Amino acid sequence: MTDETIVPIGPQHPALKEPANFMLTVKGEEIVDADLTLSYNHRGIERAAEDRDYLQDIYLLERVCGICSHSHSSAFVQGVEELAGIEVPARARYIRTLVGELERLHSHLLWLGVGGHEMGFDTLWHYAWRDRELVLDSLEELSGNRVNYAINTIGGVREDLSDEQAELILENVAQVRERAEYYRDVVPEEETVRLRAEGVGPLSKADAEKQCAVGPTARASGVATDVRKEDPYAAYDELDFEIVVDDRGDLLGRILVRLDELIQAADLCTQAIENMPEGDLRGVERPSHTLSNMIEEGEVVSRYEAPRGELIHYIRSDGSPNPARVKVRAPTLANWPSVVQGLKNSYLADAPMIVAGIDPCISCTARIGVEMNAVGGVSGAPEGIENLDDLSDYAKEWYARRGDQPKRGDA
Amino acid sequence: MSVAANVFYLLIFPGALFIVTFAFAAQYVDRKLYAKLQNRVGPPPIQPVADFLKLLSKQSVVPDNARREIFAWAPLFGLAGVLTAALYLPIWGDEAVFAFQGDLVVVLFLLALPSFALFFGGWYSGNPFSRVGTLRTLTQLFGYEVPFFLACLAPALATGTWETSAILQELGTEPWYLPLLVIAFVVSLLSLLAKLERVPFDAPEAETELASGTLAEYSGRKLALLKLTKDVELVVGALLVVTLFLGGPYPLHGLADGIAGDALGFVAVLIKALVVIMLLTVVRSVVARLRIEQTFAVFYRWLVGAAIAQAALVLAVAAVVGNPF
Repeated sequence: MTDETIVPIGPQHPALKEPANFMLTVKGEEIVDADLTLSYNHRGIERAAEDRDYLQDIYLLERVCGICSHSHSSAFVQGVEELAGIEVPARARYIRTLVGELERLHSHLLWLGVGGHEMGFDTLWHYAWRDRELVLDSLEELSGNRVNYAINTIGGVREDLSDEQAELILENVAQVRERAEYYRDVVPEEETVRLRAEGVGPLSKADAEKQCAVGPTARASGVATDVRKEDPYAAYDELDFEIVVDDRGDLLGRILVRLDELIQAADLCTQAIENMPEGDLRGVERPSHTLSNMIEEGEVVSRYEAPRGELIHYIRSDGSPNPARVKVRAPTLANWPSVVQGLKNSYLADAPMIVAGIDPCISCTARIGVEMNAVGGVSGAPEGIENLDDLSDYAKEWYARRGDQPKRGDA
Repeated sequence: MSVAANVFYLLIFPGALFIVTFAFAAQYVDRKLYAKLQNRVGPPPIQPVADFLKLLSKQSVVPDNARREIFAWAPLFGLAGVLTAALYLPIWGDEAVFAFQGDLVVVLFLLALPSFALFFGGWYSGNPFSRVGTLRTLTQLFGYEVPFFLACLAPALATGTWETSAILQELGTEPWYLPLLVIAFVVSLLSLLAKLERVPFDAPEAETELASGTLAEYSGRKLALLKLTKDVELVVGALLVVTLFLGGPYPLHGLADGIAGDALGFVAVLIKALVVIMLLTVVRSVVARLRIEQTFAVFYRWLVGAAIAQAALVLAVAAVVGNPF
């Protein structure tokens, strides 16, 4: 076979749980070129946030992602608290930490299952997802919800942790830790997994730094980056943990880093519960719904270590109850360039796993349309776009040129 | 043999009806055990039949850029091949309904037909996933057919006959010889996994890579037939392994005379075939999928060598202690 075939992976494809498109040019089994198209699922959340007040935005932004919902609400409220100058009481910070680490547990277990499925190891998938239920049960016990926990509020948390809940969560977390250790021992030892993961999707330390990879993807390439250490929030500066780093720089490294983080997250949950001080849940006396009125004019960048890496929320306030601008940079966006690089010159069979290796949260990342190609450049970005108005004009022009959009008033 | 008897053999037993029923039963055992191993509940016994009937009733779309005749006929071609193969395997008693010197080669050939059916059907369906999938099917074919042939050659070499039923009768009377064929047994099981395109050798239809590859464009009754072909191939492959390496209906067959003995032997065959199928299920539940070039390496680096070593072992035993047959 010398002729090239273009294999479209997505926007609808069994390997992708959300819409993204990879046009892979393959020569036999080898990928010679890759093009990436994102943002099939732009939901206008940032714009919607400007129409709601700060309190309402917590619940809106919590829904950016179904897996790391707590990450988004935490990043947002921490930013708002900084703007308003509210001190969060210790017990609330510990509860946020606990929920954050439980979330990391269930996110990594979910990923482990998806990763297993991508490499055809369905038994691992079903095992990991069964164990994940223990974590979801714990979250439900604590917050009443399995997915969007709604535990954060401006100035603190909404639910307290009772002794019975603490006991149950400790028990579940201990079980999950045991399972995580089992996976840590078994998964890298399984010959077929090793064959499929070793050397796949290589990313050197220099490339990881150059392409601004974040989270487990960067840590698996030997870059010791973790917002929990670099810019501690919640109760992380009072807890004892080390950044998990692996210098393999391939898919096996990414698996091992996440498995180690599972064990670490379980330990952090235990620490957070055992060291949790008594005290208030909220740092302000005023009723929640009046808090939006006390946000001063200003802007803030809030960082949070989501399960997938560094999450950034930028919030600008003009003194009104609604934020003037909210910008969400999901960790997946930072990791896409490493995927496009990893795809080139690899086997077609590895494509889904290289994509899954960064644990992509595709729709959460959908802010603007981004197209990347294997050369590393962003294609389709027009000349002369300097600001938002230019981009808006360009968009109108682009749609007019395409000519298949209904005109206003056509209905 | 009368025409009526031949029709009965072809359509009822041990032909189409029996084999298809057994194939559905095998699919159930496979799925249920797979589910149990994965901590799931699994399907009810009737599920394979229900799935088949439902697919039959669905619309069967032929893509515009497919070669219609080949696309439509390929599924029947493969199914006919594996159903015919079953006629040469001893299922009732220790003799197949049709047997002649050299029928082992015919069975091996007929068992290869589904792969070719898949190749032609997939290649002419005009879909890039199918195209890559069929290339992998063909690549894999060259990987597993050689060790599979070599493994099946070992018992023929030992007994000095190419007739499946005769091999069985020879081995059945000297069951102590069977452990000597264990290497060929393992090689044939692994080759069978590759033939059936099951994990870890399911690269040709890898769902997460190729959206089931060759089958991507198939729907309705054509898909139903292709899926049925896989199940029939599974049981026929298992029956072949049982015949060549596990002593078929023996030892139960020898316990009674006439019909009763044949019936006991039949039960033994079914049980042994199910055990083989369950072995294949266990393998696929504990490993991940290999890439196609890794699959190829496994077969050429290990299994061809193992199969040749088995043939050498058979010859060495014959030279040293004398051939028992």
